[in-house]
Amino acid sequence: MKTKLTIAPILFHWSAERKLDFYARIADEAPVDVVYLGEVICSKRTPFFEKHYDEVAERLTRGGKTVVFSTLAEVMLKRERNMIAGFCALEDYELEINDSAALWHLEGKNYRVGSLMNVYNEDTMAYLAGKGATHFSLPAELPRASVALLAAAAERLGVTLEVQVFGRVSLALSARCYHARAHGRIKDNCQFVCEEDKDGMPLNTLDKEEFLTVNGIQTLSHSYLNLLDGLDDMKAMAVSHYRLVPHTQDMVAVANIFRATLDNKVSASEAGERLAALDIPAPFSNGFWHGQPGHRWVG
Amino acid sequence: MKRPELVCPAGTPSAMRTAVDAGADAVYCGFQNATNARNFPGLNFTVAELEKSVAHAHAGNTKVLLAVNTFPPAGKLPLWKEAVDTGARLGVDAFIVADIGVADYIAKNHPDIRLHLSVQAAASTPEAIKFYVREFNVKRVVLPRIMTIPEIKNMADEIPCEIETFIFGNHGLMVEGRCSLTNYITGLSTNMDGVCSPAAQVQYLKDDIGNLSTRLGDFTIDCFSCDENAGYPTICKGRYLTPAHDGAYYAFEEPISLNLSTLLPELMAAGVTALKIEGRQRSRAYVKSVVGAFRKAVDSIMAGQEPQIADLLALTEGQKETQGAFKSKTWR
Repeated sequence: MKTKLTIAPILFHWSAERKLDFYARIADEAPVDVVYLGEVICSKRTPFFEKHYDEVAERLTRGGKTVVFSTLAEVMLKRERNMIAGFCALEDYELEINDSAALWHLEGKNYRVGSLMNVYNEDTMAYLAGKGATHFSLPAELPRASVALLAAAAERLGVTLEVQVFGRVSLALSARCYHARAHGRIKDNCQFVCEEDKDGMPLNTLDKEEFLTVNGIQTLSHSYLNLLDGLDDMKAMAVSHYRLVPHTQDMVAVANIFRATLDNKVSASEAGERLAALDIPAPFSNGFWHGQPGHRWVG
Repeated sequence: MKRPELVCPAGTPSAMRTAVDAGADAVYCGFQNATNARNFPGLNFTVAELEKSVAHAHAGNTKVLLAVNTFPPAGKLPLWKEAVDTGARLGVDAFIVADIGVADYIAKNHPDIRLHLSVQAAASTPEAIKFYVREFNVKRVVLPRIMTIPEIKNMADEIPCEIETFIFGNHGLMVEGRCSLTNYITGLSTNMDGVCSPAAQVQYLKDDIGNLSTRLGDFTIDCFSCDENAGYPTICKGRYLTPAHDGAYYAFEEPISLNLSTLLPELMAAGVTALKIEGRQRSRAYVKSVVGAFRKAVDSIMAGQEPQIADLLALTEGQKETQGAFKSKTWR
């Protein structure tokens, strides 16, 4: 089986220009197979990029990438419910869903299940596969042993499986915007202060130790997940898709490193050295994979 | 107005007896393992304890709701199915569930027992709730603590099942069922192990001048000068630093409890038919005071009187209370 590399939706509030540049480079230069588009975190951010989706999707498709639209992770307001209904009616693109609201609309249709949905076990996977799910991106906190069982289940069910292997890890969602709160504001008058932090806002402990990262209503890890060491293992389990979460660092270089490792062109340790040379502003972690605290690096 | 069910916490057999005697219409509880979201040492029920407790509750005309509301990781489903089958054998009145696989198991194997959708399922739209009703015949949804009362009213008009909301107790800031902060720091998962800030990894460290740091795993969650009361180190209630904010601040929320006692009439008018008190980890004295106070309040509202609400501030976390998202959108 040929392994596939994917680019997750951009989680942070990047300007339209930055997003256009990013996707142009991914389309032209990155050895990735699937690109997920769409605003997953905050519905207030959506108007800034909506008009560019067709153009970006076309460019990516011409670059040989499969384009999938990813839906909001937290759906509450009427406006957000309408967005979900609209996405679920799309015929031209595949959809990755991140909230159970979409399940209501998608009866009888095929869709992908995103990593912000709670699919922890083979029964939940089988149930959703029976309801049209064709692909599952797993929650990042699942340990290796559970991923192995889910990979076996996916094979039996004839669905494909995706595991995040790079980038900050989503740890929590809230109805409250913590970016606005840090600036003495609330969600309704946020003035998009989240745009200042292109890889998220650092949250440090009172000992000045780096701890978490805030992105609007989302809390992420400070550390960057790096599962280069687990790739051989995952290939043996028949995990088909490997997910890279976009950051401001050179994502084409990141994709090249993971592609070369998946293809056995470089060893995991050499790939690790190349990744470490990319000026990533945080330590690497892989604790979740090893069933340990997620922030840890198990060497 | 429909008489609402007062749903009360039962962390132990004695707490359940206390809640039943204090006038609970229903109690909720779990087994001593990862199948429920309050898997703390010293809490919850053995099979034998639950059997006796169900008999006592039913004798007092109180329903027993069994929380099987965590997310079984692959390979561990048998423990959850066993909890469900045991609950069914002991005659519980409903299961509170979050995982789709567990819900499906109950719908197929115990179709006569009511299914309640846990707050851990984070169903925050009519569409999400209608999905669970359609697929698993869910009879009641426990709403996430993120909606205003007008939003709850709109929800009630659109969904074909009962609504339960929290009215008092711990005020979690993250969407329940969608938080792995504890696992990131401690290696134990809220979703898979039913654990939030496990006590075994909590440390209180005093410095030379009496300041107290509270730590979880390898990290400092808060620091208290000698004249402050130190809170329990829950990640979303800690103080942190960020360049955009001047000095230490509660990045998510301060230690505070939800108290909707003055909003009860509005909640009931909005269509909420079950009122949930949080606190399976709290003492019998807490259960007795809080359940008793809300029993009186609900009864007086139903009798058309002004509700007499006892002062519950002393029982709240950090002695501070909030109406959270329920009162105003400005909470967000």
